[in-house]
Amino acid sequence: MKQNLFGKTLNELKEVCTELNLPAFTAKQIAQWLYQKEILDIEEMTNLSKKNRELLSANYQFGRVLPLKVQESVDGTKKYLFPAQGNSFIETAVIPDADRKTVCVSSQVGCKMGCLFCMTGRQGFQNNLTAGEIVNQYRSIGEWPNITNLVYMGMGEPFDNLDEVLKSLEILTEDWGFALSPKRITVSSIGIIPAMKRFLENSKCHLAISMHTPFDEERKNLMPIEQVYAIKDVIKEIKAFDFGLQRRVSFEYIMFKGVNDTPAHVKELAKLLNGIKCRMNLIRFHPIPDSPLVGTDDETLQEFKEALNKKGVLTTIRASRGMDIFAACGLLSTKELIKQQEKDY
Amino acid sequence: MDLQKVSILNKQEITPNVFLIEFKRTFNFIPGQIIGLTNNLDLPPRLYSICSSPANKNIAILFNVKSDGKLTPPLADTKLGDSVWITPVQGKFIFNNEPSWWIATGTGIAPFYSMLKSGQRPLKLIQGGRAIDDFYFSNEFKQLPDYIKCSSQYAGEGFYNSRLTKYLKEYTHLPTDINYYLCGSAEMVVDVRNLLICKGIPFGNIITEIYF
Repeated sequence: MKQNLFGKTLNELKEVCTELNLPAFTAKQIAQWLYQKEILDIEEMTNLSKKNRELLSANYQFGRVLPLKVQESVDGTKKYLFPAQGNSFIETAVIPDADRKTVCVSSQVGCKMGCLFCMTGRQGFQNNLTAGEIVNQYRSIGEWPNITNLVYMGMGEPFDNLDEVLKSLEILTEDWGFALSPKRITVSSIGIIPAMKRFLENSKCHLAISMHTPFDEERKNLMPIEQVYAIKDVIKEIKAFDFGLQRRVSFEYIMFKGVNDTPAHVKELAKLLNGIKCRMNLIRFHPIPDSPLVGTDDETLQEFKEALNKKGVLTTIRASRGMDIFAACGLLSTKELIKQQEKDY
Repeated sequence: MDLQKVSILNKQEITPNVFLIEFKRTFNFIPGQIIGLTNNLDLPPRLYSICSSPANKNIAILFNVKSDGKLTPPLADTKLGDSVWITPVQGKFIFNNEPSWWIATGTGIAPFYSMLKSGQRPLKLIQGGRAIDDFYFSNEFKQLPDYIKCSSQYAGEGFYNSRLTKYLKEYTHLPTDINYYLCGSAEMVVDVRNLLICKGIPFGNIITEIYF
């Protein structure tokens, strides 16, 4: 099968040109066709000679993939389903708001992290997405010219697929690519420390950390990653990094009734985040089947927010969007997934 | 990253494509802890549970060869005396000596082997695998009073001939006041955790380690 051009960085396109004996400047021309123009076929790259287009077409394909399905919520949120490798599916959500339109992209098919509250984890892990498959979720939706923000908060753990995520960020932010401002992009992770440090050093995009509780023992029950990379150590690394004036770090906190919504949590969060310029996003829990967790009621949620703000932690409540189409990650694709492989247990 | 160079002192293919490698122990650890390991400084270390007793003079690591992987195929080709790099020990998948069941598949048995070799014992060990070769260290685990081997392919004596999820589903009255330690692939851990929760086990009693 031919390799895709879409998803290659400028350096990789230069390698393609070298391999095919094309002039070096052709790489930038190809990048512009891939990322800045409205075409879907190598044959339409009209500033390349016919001979060079034929050479490219004989070895590569353009490589963009259109969504299979789209669902629209009554609140305007859309959820796209894209095909991925091996009869699997990935989800991309588009969330419109007053002055912004955010696309939420997936970075893996399934996920290895096994968080108790996440539907994607129930698929197990199937594949890492390529940079092309990640960027395609932005470029191949109808709203793409009007997208103002991009968040890596869909299926998968971005820092478990960091090489491809970094490549995708390069394509999205470089002048030869989509030239988006890194300030418009947020990568969300559960906090795999070595990868987080690499991301911070090699990208200018914002960082969001899924915290969900400040207490070690409790977080271990919610998120197995705590056994390996404790949230306290994640915070320590964040405190040591210079985010500068433009770059932002935020924390995600899904509220579970009776689990992580008590005054003790407020106190510990304030202690843990002391000294970090950050924002805390409180998120309502969208129930998933057979989950032992229940969402915190709105009154407690408000009190929790106010208590954190009083302690100096800038806290907001994220509006729930697209509940009627199960916009929370994993629900749609898990339903669609046809598992063909035999389980080994 | 703080990496230490060590030499491979022993390498054993315990079953086709599954290897146990050893290098000198220069640090203390608690059974259930992990280290990062790589044989190429351009590749980030991959995390492995230690598969030996803290009293051993060597550290052992159990791995299976992923044919499309960057690390394990060359690791399987290393020779005695070759160098690999390891990270400091870390991790909190630690047995608290309270009444527990241990549940593992594949190389997820490694932390439990380390626990066994340091004298720790569960009420029950359930090990899952496809074929008879997948039950690593079963000769040593058979000393446990309650050791269940669930094989989806092998139906011989001493085996429960189906998946371990079926074993657990059929098990009536799972104890709800003990801990359940799970280690293996994310898919197995998530499936088993959900099954246990559906059968009334409080999620706080389920301790999970996932390979990623």
